[in-house]
Amino acid sequence: MADLLQFLVSGITVGAVYALLALGFTIIFNASDVVNFAQGEFVMLGGMITVFALAAGLPLGLAALIAIVLTAGIGVLLNKLAIEPARGAPVVSLIIITIGASIFIQGVAQIVFDKQIHRYPGISGDAPLRFAGATILPQSLWVIFGATAVFVALWLFFTRTLTGRAVLATANNRLAAALVGINTRYIMTLSFGLSAAIGALAGLLITPITLTSYDVGIPLALKGFAAAMLGGLGNPFGALVGGLLLGVLEALTAGYISSQYKDAVAFIVIIGVLFVMPQGLFGRKSTERV
Amino acid sequence: MKTMFKTTALTAVLALGAGVAAAEIRIGATVSETGGASFLGDPAAKTLRMLVEEINAAGGVLGQPINLILYDDGGDPNRARTFASRLIEDDEVIAVVGGSTTGTSMAIIPVFEEEEIPFISLAGGIEIVRPTKPFAFKTPHTDRMACEKIFADIQARGLRRVGMISGTDGFGASMRAQCLDVVGDYDIEIVADESYGPSDADMTPQLTNIRGTAGLEAVVNPGFGQGPAIVTRNYAQLGIEVPLYQSHGVASDAFIQLAGAENAEGVRLPGTALLIAGILAEDDPQYAVVQAYKTAFEAEFGQPVSTFGGYAHDALRILVDAIERAGSTEGVAIRDAIRATENFAGTTGIVTMGEDDHLGLDLAAFRMLEIRDGGWSQID
Amino acid sequence: MRLSPKLVSLSVLALLALVAPMFFPSGFYYRIGALIFINGLAVTGLVILIGYAGQISLGHAGFAGIGAYACALAPVHLGLPPALAVVLGAALSAGLAWVVGRPILKLQGYYLAVATLGLGILISMVLTNESQWTRGPDGISVPDLGLRGVLADMGWRLTAGQFWYWFSALVLFIGAWLALNLHDSPTGRALRALHGSEVAARTVGVDVARLKLNAFVISAVYASVSGSLLAMMNRFVTPEIAGFMHSVEMVVMAVLGGVGSVLGAIFGAAILTALPQALTMFHEYEKLLLGAVMILVMIFLREGLLPSILRRFRGKEE
Repeated sequence: MADLLQFLVSGITVGAVYALLALGFTIIFNASDVVNFAQGEFVMLGGMITVFALAAGLPLGLAALIAIVLTAGIGVLLNKLAIEPARGAPVVSLIIITIGASIFIQGVAQIVFDKQIHRYPGISGDAPLRFAGATILPQSLWVIFGATAVFVALWLFFTRTLTGRAVLATANNRLAAALVGINTRYIMTLSFGLSAAIGALAGLLITPITLTSYDVGIPLALKGFAAAMLGGLGNPFGALVGGLLLGVLEALTAGYISSQYKDAVAFIVIIGVLFVMPQGLFGRKSTERV
Repeated sequence: MKTMFKTTALTAVLALGAGVAAAEIRIGATVSETGGASFLGDPAAKTLRMLVEEINAAGGVLGQPINLILYDDGGDPNRARTFASRLIEDDEVIAVVGGSTTGTSMAIIPVFEEEEIPFISLAGGIEIVRPTKPFAFKTPHTDRMACEKIFADIQARGLRRVGMISGTDGFGASMRAQCLDVVGDYDIEIVADESYGPSDADMTPQLTNIRGTAGLEAVVNPGFGQGPAIVTRNYAQLGIEVPLYQSHGVASDAFIQLAGAENAEGVRLPGTALLIAGILAEDDPQYAVVQAYKTAFEAEFGQPVSTFGGYAHDALRILVDAIERAGSTEGVAIRDAIRATENFAGTTGIVTMGEDDHLGLDLAAFRMLEIRDGGWSQID
Repeated sequence: MRLSPKLVSLSVLALLALVAPMFFPSGFYYRIGALIFINGLAVTGLVILIGYAGQISLGHAGFAGIGAYACALAPVHLGLPPALAVVLGAALSAGLAWVVGRPILKLQGYYLAVATLGLGILISMVLTNESQWTRGPDGISVPDLGLRGVLADMGWRLTAGQFWYWFSALVLFIGAWLALNLHDSPTGRALRALHGSEVAARTVGVDVARLKLNAFVISAVYASVSGSLLAMMNRFVTPEIAGFMHSVEMVVMAVLGGVGSVLGAIFGAAILTALPQALTMFHEYEKLLLGAVMILVMIFLREGLLPSILRRFRGKEE
């Protein structure tokens, strides 16, 4: 029983990381119909900028703020320079553009930063908390808290604010949204900034647990993408559930079946779910867009 | 756009056809400066560039400057193979250092064998030098030796039942296989065998299973990169009390920092003299070389030396020494001179090669180290 | 008089392959040429899948992995001659594509992307983990095809580089010829109709599911054979060949060059194969440049490099 609890703790921690990534995918997809494979790079930037700001002697709070603001700026630039000019390009071109952006950001990061692995201490220290035979790091609680807070904030944003509803309206029908006076370009810029900021937040929260280096982005993006698809693209609730489910599945597989094939089980489940529910668990019915 | 394309094409042609220069010693290298094995390749590339500058400033080899032609294969064996062909057929180098991983090394060895060009690998796999291939050498200890060193220490402590948790990357998988192969020589039983992926964030499920194994007395973690640091953190988090052994794959000060000194306390691993430069006895035969390399590297790059940079250091020094002794730039002559390397003090150990020994190190060169108070100390 | 596009494409391909070696400064360039042809074969398959049928795959490197490991394992474990191992690999790839293709291809856009991505990752995971067969992540050596020896016995001595240059050129030529024939066939027309609009194609009586499946299976065979050739040329293979980045590389080559045409896609393969070699002097900036090229081409030359360049030329003539 204590073992099961430990597996769940591990799964929820890792799942919260995936959920944060998947939430980032969701915002951008809602505003622009683009799946942003560079999402993992935002996470990398959040961690790396914090590492170097701390090394420069800044306090954690300020370092975190700088990381989030800078990364959000990079998100906006990505939209302005690479996504907006490619408006209307087919899915495969958009995939290549965002993977290209991901490689580009990595290329810059390896020059600006370095190729070493980095870490800084957790916000509330590194001493594990024990309960019912299981242990959890305080930083894991921060990650889980972060994912929940971002989800709640997004949910309120999408349902309670005018801007949030404008994003949803844009997602449903760009033309109609523009006709009723929504500035869809502004919505896209906002979404990229927001999504990058969430990525950076994820990065600075998870670095004490997962460590970071210039090349952590792509594996993270793949897991986040998978989680977002599992939950159903475009739905923040789906992103949260997809992320947590993926994390818990991996941990239970590693715990009970085979640690070698834990990633395999995740993908088998995703493919299986998509066979039955082609829009993911909670996806909206999208318009045909080949 | 069209002119841009033309320019690109022109640059391509120029770059590919870079001309042949005057008298110089051309030495090639292909290492994994980026990619999953950049942990190994980056310090190696830095070391090679630094040493070549140093050697050239001191008058070069055979009175000629060394021209180091270094490519980054990103850890991809196919790219490494392409660069190996390029080094030999296009750059016309006389010898090659590199292959940061066993995979890239094994992929390019056939090229050097066919062209009779000496090659010194920087990777751990035993298959690089066993069976002996006429032109392939290597400087790091084999992963099999690491297993032997670890098992000998476990046995000496009177422990028997060992759990293993290995990375699924090339380094971890290869060392795991060697450990399972060699464990029969010791009075040791592998009671748990778990693994983790190279980019995994949390290994507590696997370690929970290992912790739950009845009669567990020690744990071994073959792996490199951030994995072992996370394993060490999770190990402490779960409060596992039995001794933890890491491999030579984590052997740098960065590991202690990443894992956290309090978590890494008591962790043992087979390491080289380079790591304990600070506490090395002055009459130690490796003292001079280790101090010189460590000082130079840390002054130049502002980051701690790692065992992997040390492998590249030894490879280039052995090669240059052999070229001097051979007095020739011809492949077979250099190969014979490398083979005749005797009592060469490197950062990894004292190297004595032979007809049938293209590694030249024995277990004595490995030092069993323990992490105490955030630093290294030697056990044996 | 107007030559058929098929004839033009094939002649250009053959001419370039024949003439290029005259300008090779060293034997190394034969290897680059061979790599271009082998990558070109894989992207020709993607032209059928992406260009003709309009479907995405981020997992085709998995099939290359199957083809490659068939050549490494079948001769040792089944005693098959290497040439038959290529066929076995292709058959396995086709079989797997056929089995998983039907459900997977019901998915659209990004959902199809993630399902194929998962498929590719599963294959590479099996190759990495089943080390009692595949010898794990450090790779396995591959038996020689043997054809070079046969040619040498007939008095036709080629270096390994030369042999693989000509041999892969020949295989690519056949692959391109088949793909171009498919383009002009009724199936090809139906596929392209499907690309335009699946609904419309279905309305006029096209069996959409079967067609998509055919395109998927055919492209899997191309990828598999390309993997086999790469493994036999290198005489060594690691699970990296089935990895995600290799899948992406294939798609990028095809789309960058111009996925609507065989020649365009092969052009993309040539550019992306040669580019890293040309960029070694700026190796520090290689990633940065590659990323920038991917973005810029997709924004400014949407149909891909070759079609856009050709359009410029035609535009000037008119």
